[in-house]
Amino acid sequence: MKNSNALPDFRTSPVVDHVGIEERVARFTTRSIKKASKVQALKLALNMIDLTTLEGKDTPGKVAQMCYKALHLCDQLPGLPTVAAVCVYPTHVRQAKAALSGSPIKVASVATAFPSGNTTREIKLSDTRFAVSEGADEVDMVISRGEFLQGNYAFVHDEIAAVKEACGSARLKVILETGELSTLDNVRRASDIAIHAGADFIKTSTGKIQPAATMPVTLVMLQAIKDHYYKTGKMVGMKPAGGISTAKLAVQYLVMLHETLGDAWMTNQWFRFGASSLANDLLMQVAKEARGPYQGKDYFSND
Amino acid sequence: MAAAVAATTSSDINSMSTSSTKRSAVPSLSFFKDWTYVPAPESSDHIHLKDQYGLFINGEFVRPHSKRYFDTINPATEKKIAEIADADEKDVDAAVTAAANASAKIWKRMPGKERSKYIYRIARMIQERAREFAVIETMDGGKPIRESRDVDVPLAANHFFYYAGWADKLDYAFPNRRPQPLGVAGQIIPWNFPLLMAAWKIAPALACGNTVVLKPAETTSLTALKLAEIIQESGLPAGVVNIVTGFGKTGAAIVNHPGVNKVAFTGSTDVGKIIQKAIAGTGKKATLELGGKAANIVFDDAPIDQAVEGIVNGIFFNQGHVCCAGSRLLVQEGVAEIVIRKLKDRMETLIVGDPMDKNTDIGAINSKEQLKKINEYISIGVNEGAELYQSSCTLPSKGFFCKPTLFLNTSQSHRLVQEEIFGPVLAVQTFRTVEEAIEKANNIPYGLSAGIWTDKGSKIFNMTSKMRAGVVWANTYNKFDPTSPFGGYKESGYGREGGLHGLLPYVQW
Amino acid sequence: MPRVEVLKTYKIAIGGQLPRTESGRYYPLTGKNGTPLANVSLSSRKDLRNAVVAARSACGGWSGRAAFNRGQILYRIAEMMEGRKAQFIDELMLQGSSRAAAEKEVTMSIDRLVYYSGWCDKYQQSFGTVNPVASSHFNFSVPEPTGVVAIVAPEESGLLGLVSVVAPCIAGGNTCVVLASEQRPLSSITFAEVLATSDVPGGVVNILTGTTKELLSHFASHMDVNALVYCRHDAAEKMSIVQLGAGNVKRTMVWEKDWTKDEQENPYLLLELQEIKTTWHPIENIGASGAKY
Repeated sequence: MKNSNALPDFRTSPVVDHVGIEERVARFTTRSIKKASKVQALKLALNMIDLTTLEGKDTPGKVAQMCYKALHLCDQLPGLPTVAAVCVYPTHVRQAKAALSGSPIKVASVATAFPSGNTTREIKLSDTRFAVSEGADEVDMVISRGEFLQGNYAFVHDEIAAVKEACGSARLKVILETGELSTLDNVRRASDIAIHAGADFIKTSTGKIQPAATMPVTLVMLQAIKDHYYKTGKMVGMKPAGGISTAKLAVQYLVMLHETLGDAWMTNQWFRFGASSLANDLLMQVAKEARGPYQGKDYFSND
Repeated sequence: MAAAVAATTSSDINSMSTSSTKRSAVPSLSFFKDWTYVPAPESSDHIHLKDQYGLFINGEFVRPHSKRYFDTINPATEKKIAEIADADEKDVDAAVTAAANASAKIWKRMPGKERSKYIYRIARMIQERAREFAVIETMDGGKPIRESRDVDVPLAANHFFYYAGWADKLDYAFPNRRPQPLGVAGQIIPWNFPLLMAAWKIAPALACGNTVVLKPAETTSLTALKLAEIIQESGLPAGVVNIVTGFGKTGAAIVNHPGVNKVAFTGSTDVGKIIQKAIAGTGKKATLELGGKAANIVFDDAPIDQAVEGIVNGIFFNQGHVCCAGSRLLVQEGVAEIVIRKLKDRMETLIVGDPMDKNTDIGAINSKEQLKKINEYISIGVNEGAELYQSSCTLPSKGFFCKPTLFLNTSQSHRLVQEEIFGPVLAVQTFRTVEEAIEKANNIPYGLSAGIWTDKGSKIFNMTSKMRAGVVWANTYNKFDPTSPFGGYKESGYGREGGLHGLLPYVQW
Repeated sequence: MPRVEVLKTYKIAIGGQLPRTESGRYYPLTGKNGTPLANVSLSSRKDLRNAVVAARSACGGWSGRAAFNRGQILYRIAEMMEGRKAQFIDELMLQGSSRAAAEKEVTMSIDRLVYYSGWCDKYQQSFGTVNPVASSHFNFSVPEPTGVVAIVAPEESGLLGLVSVVAPCIAGGNTCVVLASEQRPLSSITFAEVLATSDVPGGVVNILTGTTKELLSHFASHMDVNALVYCRHDAAEKMSIVQLGAGNVKRTMVWEKDWTKDEQENPYLLLELQEIKTTWHPIENIGASGAKY
């Protein structure tokens, strides 16, 4: 663990102008993505999905259905990729892992007292270790927003670093829960803290707080990733989660990613969508491009 | 824990993985290799253009006295679009006479309340035909359809809307005065924002009770002529707005016509000076919106990513054909390297090409002559020893195009830094202190605009008050609004357009 | 024996100093019955050049002062004039005014200074605007001084005309170089003496005596003069200032007014020597109802 005294002063993280960010985002959303470019984007987006169920009412039955869907997005449409991963609570990891064995689909588990993160470090670490021991390839942790908002950046940093250590070889996604951070400057600081502490991915939201992922927030995080890359040559992944439910919006996110970080990030190793209903909207669009007519929801299975 | 940092896992998901961590000395980004945007051209099916356009005088389209016409071409394809009438002195005289009659007999006498409704009508009709206007603007002038659709046309309509409302409220604009119209306004506009400039000129003139003879630039007459069609449809009394097309000598005929009471000109400082000389002793009032060479100043505490956007927006908006373009970048030494690096990467994502494509960021240079001038300045920059950088885009084989261009390591005494280029060419200088930034920014005969990027409020207000420029954008750039006065200090001209202050040049008491 | 009177040498005013013209030339001024009144400096283009340099270097300090402070200084000028009223009246009478007319001209001049003193910290509010732009920006326009103003003062009204033009000019934060009335120049130099004892910083008001014939073209063509106010009636001169002024897009204006009229004191004159600066700044939209970022 790094000594907190040696940490950068995260209060000096680059500042962000809110209106400027929104104007930039508006430019991405006016890109016109058609035909072959669109099909390519739709398939890529499908391939970047972390298919998610994070409910108190989750059951083995629900998880089984989701895993099947992850493997068989739409068997009637040939040439589809699979999703990138499924994302579940730690107690469902073992089952998901078994269901997906032999496939390229990863199993991600939330941990660290998701979604609030309000518990002791010991419990967070044991939560993480449990998920990994159950077979999780990826761990989605939440940061301590209360500590962050108090300005206790060293605490937040060290906690992430400790969880990263507990992850072993599993990739760590650090959820900032941007909906609770109030300003884009805070989003930037939290991104810098998470990246510095060893995050493999930074992620916007738990999906339990509104607003969840937005394009402005995601752009700020992408810029933090870019600055880190400029400085160190090391890539960090990005995962917007929550609120991205339409193919149109997903393509706009891809445009933003593409024009901010470039070609190298256009893969599910470096970008994910945390979403549950996005897949079907993407499928409807793929089907529309392949078949011609606009599609209806009842022709695509929900789970 | 440093060893555990990021991106060292080797999961090859769906064998989609690219090379994982890049460890070259200067990590670089690449764009548009794996995913490109297929062409998304705006349709031009629904637009109505005639093969030949006459002059709009006294409410009618008429043939020019000279019987001469000239071609207007699409600068992106070099193909002819239509023929435009070349007005001579006789035509200008007819237009001024029509305007003078309309002024004396109708427009000056009409209550402001009634005048305003005509102006509102024009605004609405532009909105209704917004798409047609946008497409024609792009065809005729070369600017990207995204800009004509999202900036030029809506702003033009909004300008008419804004000033329409002033027509019956002028007594409230100038306390203790009863503003009266001047009479006939002769207005000459440039080719960079053809419809928008027509709106900037016509709307306040009409609101204040003046009548108008307007000349669009010879390369971009079409949207003004389409506006004439709207004006005709709107039922605006004949002669209140007259539009005569032609070259510099048509403009000169307007300026020199004794029936013109007011000259409003937007264009180069050289021509502005000629106009000022020409109207000497005539008692004609003038508004001049002339050239600029604005400094865009980035301090080390700026929101850097937004500043980079501001730089791009400042110099590459409308191919840099903007009098208030941020054509000089002054960047504080501590952040110069990162700003330039980000700027270069950002330039790679600018799509240069077919203006009609909805994804095009930088369209065609307006004319062959302008492209030649820009290219001359690029050679001047190279000869002056500045370091040239251009984005790696490929330019279309037909039409007039220019790559987005930077010149690094420029000095205040470079011509590149002192002279207006009116193209997508940015001269970059560094500075160390606030004093140096102020001094460099103001050390130029122009004074139209400036940009300031810093997160510190008190520095913003110091900088904005020290800039000898009429429009100062702090943490933003190239923003326009009908309510916001626009115009220059020093050799960038005098008078304001937009807002309450934009009424002043069109009234007397 | 009656006392021998001490005659006054009339100088010019440049940069807070009261020198004679560098040229050493003069023109004689005579009173009604042909008695010599004074040898008035015939300022040269070099005097003009020096005066512009002085005005330019005073510009930043004067425009940067608190508006309230400028108001106090203008008021101080009025106070000092009030104290030297008799001298001004005598001088005007020497130059041909009746006592009644001279008294009126002096008191009006003093009152005019008081009038513009009050405008110093108010015109910004009358002529500045906050502009309700459609985008998320705070946008405001404020008047700022044009800079260095050349003034060709009214010929027929040596004191009131001068004060009526100089006062709105400096109230608005400009500095000026004035060419005084050719045939009634005495009050202008006494006015310069008043300025020198009124806390007006050196260089804010520079006053030359001499002829338009010699100086006008240099005024009009000077590249470091931002505006020119011409208050006389010669048609050829009016034309030439606009033409020559084009060299640096000079704001040239002709103010031919009856300065004895009350309506000739108004803030619109002050506004003519102002530039309007518009400033934009983004407004972030966090915390508003329904806002999200």
